[in-house]
Amino acid sequence: MNLDLRIPMGLMFTLVGLILTIFGMVTQGSPIYARSLGIDANLYWGLVLLVFGGTMYLLGRRGQRRAEREAPKSVSSGTVRRGH
Amino acid sequence: MTHTNLTYVDWIIMLLYFVFVLGIGFALKRFMKTSKDFFQAGRALPAWICGLAFISANLGAQEVIGMGASGAKYGIATSHFYWIGAIPAMIFVGIFMMPFYYGSKARSVPEFLRLRFDEKTRALNACSFAVMTVFSSGISMYAMARLIQTLHVFDYIFLSAGLPLGWIFHLSIILSAIIVLGYIFLGGLTSAIYNEVLQFFLIIAGFLPLVLIGLKSVGGWQGLKASMPNPSYLHSWQGMAHANTNPLGVEWFGLAMGLGFVLSFGYWCTDFLVIQTAMATDTQENARRVPLIAAIPKMFFPFLVILPGLLAIGAATPKITTVQHTDASGAIVRETSIPTEVELKGQGLVPAKTDPITGKIVLDASGKPLLDYDLAIPSMLLHYFPTGILGLGLTALLASFMSGMAGNVTAFNTVWTYDLYQSYIHKGASDTHYLAMGRWATVGGILLSMATAYAATGFNNIMDTLQLVFSFVNAPLFATFLLGMFWKRATGNGAFIGLISGTVAAVVHHGLTLPIEAHPGLHGGWIAIVHHYPSDMAQNFWTAIWAFSTNFVVTIVVSLFGQPKPESELVGLVHSLTPKPELGHLPWWRRPEALAVVLLVMVVALNVIFR
Repeated sequence: MNLDLRIPMGLMFTLVGLILTIFGMVTQGSPIYARSLGIDANLYWGLVLLVFGGTMYLLGRRGQRRAEREAPKSVSSGTVRRGH
Repeated sequence: MTHTNLTYVDWIIMLLYFVFVLGIGFALKRFMKTSKDFFQAGRALPAWICGLAFISANLGAQEVIGMGASGAKYGIATSHFYWIGAIPAMIFVGIFMMPFYYGSKARSVPEFLRLRFDEKTRALNACSFAVMTVFSSGISMYAMARLIQTLHVFDYIFLSAGLPLGWIFHLSIILSAIIVLGYIFLGGLTSAIYNEVLQFFLIIAGFLPLVLIGLKSVGGWQGLKASMPNPSYLHSWQGMAHANTNPLGVEWFGLAMGLGFVLSFGYWCTDFLVIQTAMATDTQENARRVPLIAAIPKMFFPFLVILPGLLAIGAATPKITTVQHTDASGAIVRETSIPTEVELKGQGLVPAKTDPITGKIVLDASGKPLLDYDLAIPSMLLHYFPTGILGLGLTALLASFMSGMAGNVTAFNTVWTYDLYQSYIHKGASDTHYLAMGRWATVGGILLSMATAYAATGFNNIMDTLQLVFSFVNAPLFATFLLGMFWKRATGNGAFIGLISGTVAAVVHHGLTLPIEAHPGLHGGWIAIVHHYPSDMAQNFWTAIWAFSTNFVVTIVVSLFGQPKPESELVGLVHSLTPKPELGHLPWWRRPEALAVVLLVMVVALNVIFR
């Protein structure tokens, strides 16, 4: 398959992380955090998702580039493996 | 239930998810050239993606909500559904059964039955499976629409647009139908698998902060221990020697045999809903790894889906509270929150149950309010999540509803097209024709699901009845596969008659027994009552044990009277006639068997820790 899932998934989590982080920064100290025991859940979890999404995206890009480089080779190696 | 105060951030996050889901479908469309691409994802996906999809296919929202509910009701003992009821079967299907599914070149589980046994066994399995997938997907759709109604997610939008609130149900059904249809129509099984993986990460992203905040609020693990209704809530094996001394109402033998063997192996080893994801990988080794990779997160999911249930029951029951804070202009603002009656009468964050028609709180025989355990997880989300992350939590729930539907719909379109349409209705057409058929089968499957969802609104008992009928059909299945793969003498007639006898045995056993405190009817005892079970779970497990044993014995007896298939036709289908998978090129620690041993050690350790 030519679409590495990590690319769209990484993008989605990066965007969600970005939205939460920015919203969390803007609303710091707001009474909406009384629910989450005073913790700015949006800011902290937004940062976690940002890191996760970014890593996924980069891994996906690297994987995709490698797959493109190896594309012509993988056909022949596939037939060799079948002979085992 | 508290009012859901969603703001624009929540809506953006939800919308973002829908955009990506459909976007992935569009991006995949250009790769769907043959029916193999559409139905089998081209057999080209990496093992880790299929592994995560393998558990997500099962982790539908009913599962998430049901496990949270059961955690609130029974405690850590619910983890038996994972540690006993899933991991051993997942190891078995990976190590022993996958070589036959993948190696036989069968495109579906019913097709394997035709290769191994005969046409009629396949037809029986394909028909019952196709019907079940459509109904399950419809039940998912119904449950999602009901939950959206209960949580008042769309209320604000509907009120401001001046639309009647009664339309929320229809909108939820139509919206989920269009989205699931869209991405499967475009990207087939690949789309479904990709979305299952997306859902897997969304569930973690949405539920992990919930568990962390919930744990902090009760004062950590020690605080949770102290807040439990009784100490056995945090032990999974206490009182298992006898059915009357543990909350599940099952003794260890019924649990191990009924849940751990018959039901769990029947599901994880034969249900095409999960097997289809493993069969979408590129090599047989990877297909064997898929269930094993899936077992690792599966083992730890109780901490994500059962623990919130425990935290909900352990939390403080809402009281009238006043919060004082200073607003932007410096004025002191006092906000008083007054919990609704259902919250006040509940336990912890689990609200009391209301009658859907009268809206009154339902009381038990002693006058105490019954608890609506299914709302344990949703009320946790609403209680602890501020706007923003709340959108993420709700998106995770919506995602799991939709990927539960999607898995069923792709299983349906494959079995319909390959096992019913191509085999009995229109043989020998071009591949393009079957690819188009698969797309239209998707439309048909979604329409039938919608019909099921609406049927469920009209007849209160339809969901329970359907699930009961499924359990009769599924319970004996594993015996057929076990004998088929490991006994070369088993014949097609044996398998066919065995399967039917197993289902009949399940029906008869259900008709003759009744859980205590239940009335004869849907719960059993509609023929005569010869035995009482301590709980409906015990009855359920024993129904499965009877169905399996009957199928096992009848298949053997009938097979011994018949002529088995010649051995040359069974190569690749039966264990003793199939060459062992060649693993010489892999170092020992990369072989599936090594991973299986590690998994077994881990699951035993978890059971010991939480005994």
